Amino acid sequence: MMDVIIIGGGVVGCGVARELSRYKLNIALLEKTDDISNGQSKANTAIIHGGYDAKPGTLKAKFNVLGNKMYDKVCEELDVPHKRNTSLVVSFGPDGHAELEKLLQQGIENGVPGLSIIGQDELRRREPNIGSTAYEALLVETGGIVCPYEMTQAYAENAAMNGVTFYRQAEVTGIEKVEGGWKVISKAGTFTAKAVVNCAGLYSDVINNMVSEDKISIVPRRGEYYIVDKKYADAFHASIFQLPTKMGKGILVTPTVDGTVLLGPTAEDIDDKTDTRTTAEGLAKVLKFASLTWEHIPMRNFITTYSGLRAHCDRNDFVLGEAPDAPMFFNAAGVESPGLTSAPAIAQYLAEMIADKLSANKNENFNPIRKGIPKFREMNDEQRARAISINPDYAKVVCRCETVTEAEIREAIRRPVGARSVDGVKRRTRAGMGRCQAGFCTPRTVEILCEELHISPLEVTKFGGNSKYIESYLFEKGDNENA
Amino acid sequence: MRNVDILIIGGGPAGLAAAISAYEAGCRDILILEREENLGGILKQCIHNGFGLHTFKEELTGPEYAQRYIDKVLEYGIPAQCDTMVINITPDKVVTAVSRGAGLEHFKAKSIILAMGCRERPRGSLGTPGWRCSGIYTAGTAQKFTNLKGLMPGKRVVILGSGDIGLIMARRMTFLGAKVLACVELMPYSAGLKRNIVQCLDDYGIPLLLSHTVVDIAGRERLEGVTVAEVDPKTLKPIPGTEQYFECDTLLLSVGLIPENELSTMAGVKISPATNGAEVNENLETSVEGIFSCGNVLHVHDLVDYVSEESAKAGANAYKYVQGQLSREEDTLEVENGFGVSGAVPQHISKDLNEPITIMFRPRGVFKDAQVCIDVGDVQVATKKSRILTPGEMVTLKFSPEYLRKNTNADKITVRVEAQQS
Amino acid sequence: MIKEITCIGCPMGCRITAELDGDKILSIEGFTCNIGKKYAQEELTVPTRMVTALMHICGTDQPLSVKTSKPIEKSKIFDCLKEISNHYVMRPVHIGEVVIKNVCGTSVDIVATRDVE
Repeated sequence: MMDVIIIGGGVVGCGVARELSRYKLNIALLEKTDDISNGQSKANTAIIHGGYDAKPGTLKAKFNVLGNKMYDKVCEELDVPHKRNTSLVVSFGPDGHAELEKLLQQGIENGVPGLSIIGQDELRRREPNIGSTAYEALLVETGGIVCPYEMTQAYAENAAMNGVTFYRQAEVTGIEKVEGGWKVISKAGTFTAKAVVNCAGLYSDVINNMVSEDKISIVPRRGEYYIVDKKYADAFHASIFQLPTKMGKGILVTPTVDGTVLLGPTAEDIDDKTDTRTTAEGLAKVLKFASLTWEHIPMRNFITTYSGLRAHCDRNDFVLGEAPDAPMFFNAAGVESPGLTSAPAIAQYLAEMIADKLSANKNENFNPIRKGIPKFREMNDEQRARAISINPDYAKVVCRCETVTEAEIREAIRRPVGARSVDGVKRRTRAGMGRCQAGFCTPRTVEILCEELHISPLEVTKFGGNSKYIESYLFEKGDNENA
Repeated sequence: MRNVDILIIGGGPAGLAAAISAYEAGCRDILILEREENLGGILKQCIHNGFGLHTFKEELTGPEYAQRYIDKVLEYGIPAQCDTMVINITPDKVVTAVSRGAGLEHFKAKSIILAMGCRERPRGSLGTPGWRCSGIYTAGTAQKFTNLKGLMPGKRVVILGSGDIGLIMARRMTFLGAKVLACVELMPYSAGLKRNIVQCLDDYGIPLLLSHTVVDIAGRERLEGVTVAEVDPKTLKPIPGTEQYFECDTLLLSVGLIPENELSTMAGVKISPATNGAEVNENLETSVEGIFSCGNVLHVHDLVDYVSEESAKAGANAYKYVQGQLSREEDTLEVENGFGVSGAVPQHISKDLNEPITIMFRPRGVFKDAQVCIDVGDVQVATKKSRILTPGEMVTLKFSPEYLRKNTNADKITVRVEAQQS
Repeated sequence: MIKEITCIGCPMGCRITAELDGDKILSIEGFTCNIGKKYAQEELTVPTRMVTALMHICGTDQPLSVKTSKPIEKSKIFDCLKEISNHYVMRPVHIGEVVIKNVCGTSVDIVATRDVE
């Protein structure tokens, strides 16, 4: 029997795995899809929220503020790019002052440091490109940005380094109570473990409801986004929120750690937990609202659009901790925004709770340090020359838009919990995330995946399942033998 | 640091022609840096015929056209370093490149010719709603899979955009056994050559749906179909109720090309928003002295023959520059895009010239019984009648430098079309 | 029989209509210049096309690009493609080398358009 099974390979699941690997425990993580960071964790706003937004007293408020404080240390240990670029909640027009004041007070009550309201002059000094009707703003000094999939990846790699086993394409289809623990039936086999942690994101209701009478329900809330070319990296410095109005919650305009600009999201409750389509209406809405913040959005410079689903819980809050009627079954359910910010705190909280209940000893060999794949684009000439002399694949630039080399792509596949698909490579290296959106590098990335995984081009996928690139060979393989 | 007289970045049709012409002008210290394993650039995958009618008076395929230039480069013994990626250019012409063989190298060039070509606009830039499934390729990516890798992307195909690569791929996919259901074009006219429309679409009964676009993409994993709707030709917005669904596993995009100017920008070269390429003077010299630009990195051409012609000029001028024989007038006239004109090249013309001046541009729309005019200041100095102008075919117009001397008060040169837009 | 074609002489793309009796052209209308008339006469009687294709090279997935040495009758394009797909070549192959003689009995050859060592 294992000690802990974690269900879900998003930022929370991988975070819990990493924090639990500080203890002498036998841990496995089961991920439904072909890759970790494949749900909410890959398609969100990538913001480290200050914590002014959640209602005081909620778990969201508590863990947001705790998580925010942990980010610098975690990112340093795990070598994850992040930046405290500050957040601004901007009111457009003079009527917003009372609302800003309310947010400020709420933030103070939640324990958020570094909040203040800034006027027109200060706002324009900080953000010269802000829309002409911007009036004043709440400045959130602790606000930041982070790469969410690198964060998830880093957690997973560090967990794997410290002994956690990862199973992918391991959708959980049933959980049963057994003597001394739980039996977890998955598409990758049946496991028994003393404790189970539910980090299943959009499906955390399904998993919880398999074992507990304390039912919850998760509504997928879709958000649609645009990404603008990194030519506009300096358009805005802070992450700029709009003060919610009667017209809606407003649209965020924010730089990303990768230098692009993100516009979004919408918020639309839908029925289908797999429906990550973008829609004409949703995308139009993003532009309409974003243009308040950014009046001259460079429409010819969008590089992509996407949508993500938030796991909105009917309880309007995170569901954290042991289920009341299912001992040793732990929930991290309904973790939506500010879930990414809260993840380090949730992971630590659950790991400590579980370790305590299992009376686990510390793992003396635990190594908290994970190094990212050395990025050619960030090296100076000396470092580049050295990298190439050690590994000549560093001289082979595959993705021209983002300057990603063959060495980085190969390493992304070879690493623990490595890439298995073109999108997996993309999230780990940024190959294909630039302005040509993989037009040039796809054929080469497909070849490298074939070489590393010993598969045929017919088996390479964009993101697992039937998302294949190649339908057939032009010529029958058989002829080669006849020759 | 290696010193070189002329460093050419890119070994495609532009770089090859520039190298040959610089050599023929007398330069003996030329180096071509090419990122791929072989010279030839995009022509390697353009296995269809139709290249070289202007240059060689015969119809060649892409690889054959490229080979003629590669053979010349070999014959002249011009060094070309393949598998070498340029990662930086400074304004004082220090070039950093990496390769497996030589590691990281610095070159100090007297003159640089930018010949990096262009890349295709992706789906993301269109904001087409729907699923983000596999099965959506730029036409050039699909062409690389079929023509160079021997891999077939899919069997039921819709093509969005009617650029030449898209049209060529409609025929190629048909030849390879796929069913091409339609070619869908947003504008009321095609961006491709008439010959390609007839010989790639009409010949095989592939419908060209003008004023249509893809409004939805279906398929959670692999593409399953696209919804196509008619658009209002004025607003380009889809007209509700005109939607039709095409079941397909492949969507090829041929929706425009973008010159690849990351390196130019690093070198401090000024980029024109009209062409997305460098701003150049009549010598094809950019805003940075001694750095020249030619081919599709300068502006997207319709025919490779014109790429070769333009690049040969850049090569010869680069050598003149190296010899100190190229005058660089700071006192220039700007070329303005007038009615019906987009992306005229060159953008700047010296006032004191002895040779005829050539201006190239793309019409901004379809014009019948049109006249293209060049004005120096307020004086019309050249005209050219044309039965038809389309954005798919570039227009070249020459005028005598005499007019610049005659109109010394002129503050700009304007290129414009006189016609009824049809 | 009435046949309609689009002229490829220039971007005008004139729609040319002709009345035919077998191979004999009875009348042509719609062309607006001599290039159009000449094109229509050829295109309406025996239309021909250059064909470019991909051919299997033994021992590799990467194809050889090939073309017809001269234009062939349009009606024979798919027969020609089929014959090419039934053949393979051994390396090395050189540009201009004939890889299939007299394709589909047309007296036109298939030649390689690139070098493969």
